[in-house]
Amino acid sequence: MKLTLKIWRQENANAKGAIQTYPIDGIEPDMSFLEMLDVLNEQLINQGDIPVVFDHDCREGICGSCSLQINGEPHGPDRLVTTCQLHMRKFNDGDTIVVEPFRAKAFPVVKDLMIDRSAFDRIQHAGGYISVNTSGNTIDANAIPVNKENADDSFAAATCIGCGACVAACKNASAMLFTSAKVSQYALLPQGQVEASERVLSMVEQMDKEGFGNCTNTGACEVECPKGISLENIARMNREYLSASLKG
Amino acid sequence: MSILDSKIPSGPLADKWTKHKNEIDLVNPANKRNIDVIIVGTGLAGGSAAATLAELGYNVKTFCYQDSPRRAHSIAAQGGINAAKNYQGDGDSAYRLFYDTVKGGDYRSREANVHRLAEVSTNIIDQCVAQGVPFAREYGGLLDNRSFGGVLVSRTFYAKGQTGQQLLLGAYSAMNRQINRGKIQSFNRHEMLDVVKVDGKARGIIARNLVTGEIERHSAHAVVLASGGYGNVFFLSTNAMGSNVTASWRAHRRGAYFANPCYTQIHPTCIPVSGDHQSKLTLMSESLRNDGRIWVPKKKEDALAIREGRLKPTQLSEEDRDYYLERRYPAFGNLVPRDVASRAAKECCDAGFGVNKTGEAVYLDFATAIERYGREKALTEKISNPSEADIYKMGAAVIENKYGNLFQMYEKIVDENPYKTPMMIYPAVHYTMGGLWVDYNLQTTVEGLYATGEANFSDHGANRLGASALMQGLADGYFVLPYTIGDYLSKDIRTGKIPTDTKEFDQAENEVKDRINKLMSGSGERSVDYYHKKLGKIMWNKCGMSRNEKDLKDAIEEISALREDFWNNVKVPGTKDTLNQELEKAGRVADFLELGELFAKDALDRRESCGGHFREESVELDGAQKGEALRDDKNFKYVSAWEYKGAPKEALLHKEELNFENIELKTRSYK
Repeated sequence: MKLTLKIWRQENANAKGAIQTYPIDGIEPDMSFLEMLDVLNEQLINQGDIPVVFDHDCREGICGSCSLQINGEPHGPDRLVTTCQLHMRKFNDGDTIVVEPFRAKAFPVVKDLMIDRSAFDRIQHAGGYISVNTSGNTIDANAIPVNKENADDSFAAATCIGCGACVAACKNASAMLFTSAKVSQYALLPQGQVEASERVLSMVEQMDKEGFGNCTNTGACEVECPKGISLENIARMNREYLSASLKG
Repeated sequence: MSILDSKIPSGPLADKWTKHKNEIDLVNPANKRNIDVIIVGTGLAGGSAAATLAELGYNVKTFCYQDSPRRAHSIAAQGGINAAKNYQGDGDSAYRLFYDTVKGGDYRSREANVHRLAEVSTNIIDQCVAQGVPFAREYGGLLDNRSFGGVLVSRTFYAKGQTGQQLLLGAYSAMNRQINRGKIQSFNRHEMLDVVKVDGKARGIIARNLVTGEIERHSAHAVVLASGGYGNVFFLSTNAMGSNVTASWRAHRRGAYFANPCYTQIHPTCIPVSGDHQSKLTLMSESLRNDGRIWVPKKKEDALAIREGRLKPTQLSEEDRDYYLERRYPAFGNLVPRDVASRAAKECCDAGFGVNKTGEAVYLDFATAIERYGREKALTEKISNPSEADIYKMGAAVIENKYGNLFQMYEKIVDENPYKTPMMIYPAVHYTMGGLWVDYNLQTTVEGLYATGEANFSDHGANRLGASALMQGLADGYFVLPYTIGDYLSKDIRTGKIPTDTKEFDQAENEVKDRINKLMSGSGERSVDYYHKKLGKIMWNKCGMSRNEKDLKDAIEEISALREDFWNNVKVPGTKDTLNQELEKAGRVADFLELGELFAKDALDRRESCGGHFREESVELDGAQKGEALRDDKNFKYVSAWEYKGAPKEALLHKEELNFENIELKTRSYK
């Protein structure tokens, strides 16, 4: 396959960035999108140019490092995949592909396609945990049965990989899907009930502080989420938030 | 006597850990506030240790090269975590888990360490549930278990195919709590480039801020390496792209012995290589072997026809299929340990029975399981005379519930529907049992320098059982290191803060800077990846699933020559004082080029077949086990611990003799 890549290049957080155009040839349909970028970088290095910086690590869709906006969509045209799982067979010979970093005020660009998502970490620092010490001296794991449906829903929420596609997909750059997934994971388990009110209040407060936008229920986040995290989590978080605020 | 003192406590096996804990020196809570600990790596081993040490009151600094601790590669572990809970009442116990682990490791691990691991395994599950890890549950609300690679009980806890993710997020959440309290400082996008020793003790590290390129000094009273394994020495592996040996190797160069470098686990169920562009390999959880049947065509002409696309696997009748694991190992069938399954697949493909374009793949078929589950479901749902289509539908739903995400992942990568046509799999490098030598306290041969999780060598011997890596990482971090490190730190309560403006830090920093300058000053002929791929080919072809003396000797020469070429001609574009991913890779590949040679040297020394290390010169010549691996307990029942002496060629071998007082050494037979 022969392609034209239009890639966002930006030297550092303070520099002004711009799209640059790179023609590329010899791309095979079995390559992943990131392997295609590997080919481009090898080509750039051999020409004496500076390769394109992008975040990537596990390359199997679970670490959540990759964060590319491809033709305007987080993680590209395929559904339920991260960029590393997107294969070139989803494109056609001769295509022009625009590659940018995820865009959000709370995710400043570090360099080229790499962004700073530490805002997500700070939301979790604010309350994304259950306050038990790791001594191992807790009750037996089977002492409290958990309704299977709740356990499954909790797991489904917990599969969020923290990539930020939800924020990039949202016209308001809202982090509601991410935050609500974490809140839901704990809210659905008896172990998480004890601190549920404080948790939701602190995490939402931090989320707002980070400069993420508001949720207007368009559902774009759910569509683009590589793990299929459901909008129901946002509804659940809103309920949790409301009841925690009323308890206040 | 060996200079290696394993510090195994005296007394009966089952009492050693309790006795040791009782005798260990403790640090008073007020004094813990004055003690700093550095942890490199934030996967299960590092994240859990960081959280626990911070809870105890120590000041912890964590370092990871990723942008968040949550992205460490433990996250990719799929299948599960073992624990001797015996919730299924199928006869499991700590002793049985201990026994299985030692046997699975082909009698090349330390009894005392493994027993401790089995003992604390049950705490892990309690702990994780308390932390809100959403393990799979049954309808009654209790935890579900499955049986996993090579064992006869169901002791594996899991969260679909994302167990590592859930456990890591659990450890990360515990870290977050401590970050919020100010007890952990988390340095992300940082890479450790050297250990700093003061008066023979590890007292800090030199790290590079990967965003600014700045070289930083960080001091502490102890340094813990939880930086994972070195499977990426093969270039293609199931490790993350950034997984590297640099932290361990830098420590090795500073005096930490490297143990059993040749023990590599080649995982049998990975998605096959599709071409030269391949950058990494994707694992399919071995839990799939519980329900999938592995086969190749019985006739070579059928295999050829399949490779050329003239024949579909579903068109082959049962009689024309060779379920070779079920045939060769009737007792364990498709659940034989990983090394056995991997080698058998390679043998089939080498003999011309491979089934994908490259001839390097075998089938993993779910048709039988789908039908079996479908019929079971029809019975339990009381559907009489179900149609074949209904059975298929109900069976596929059961399979989807168990392995849905794996099937989806496979389909995305290969573009084939594994519910309809068998999956193709091939072995790939997955885990390294070798690592820094540690004593019972997890301390390396450098005082104050500890290694945990995959970075150490201690618990898996020559081969790791499925679902044991997660167990070991968390056991080390939550329940072992926090006790054992106290024994060392109790002597540091009056030391005070370790200054970084000393000659030792000056020297280490200068060496790091010199090395970076040297990396940037190559003639610029070839990219870093060129060298990494070349190294990977040598490793895979000559130090891979089966090894022989001639190939290993060649490998040593070839790697040594490649390393020289690398240092003269590598091309690192850009500058050192900015974010430079090629420079990061170059430093890691430079270390792999040294480790690779030591790896081959270790494999050459071990003239026996054991676990993941198969020496072609050491096979059973006759009897029922003919052609199977032949272990040599008389001559090789030791841990090889290598001391750095300049070039890897010069490395000096120290042997830690392994004593088995509780287990009788047996030939592993899965027939």
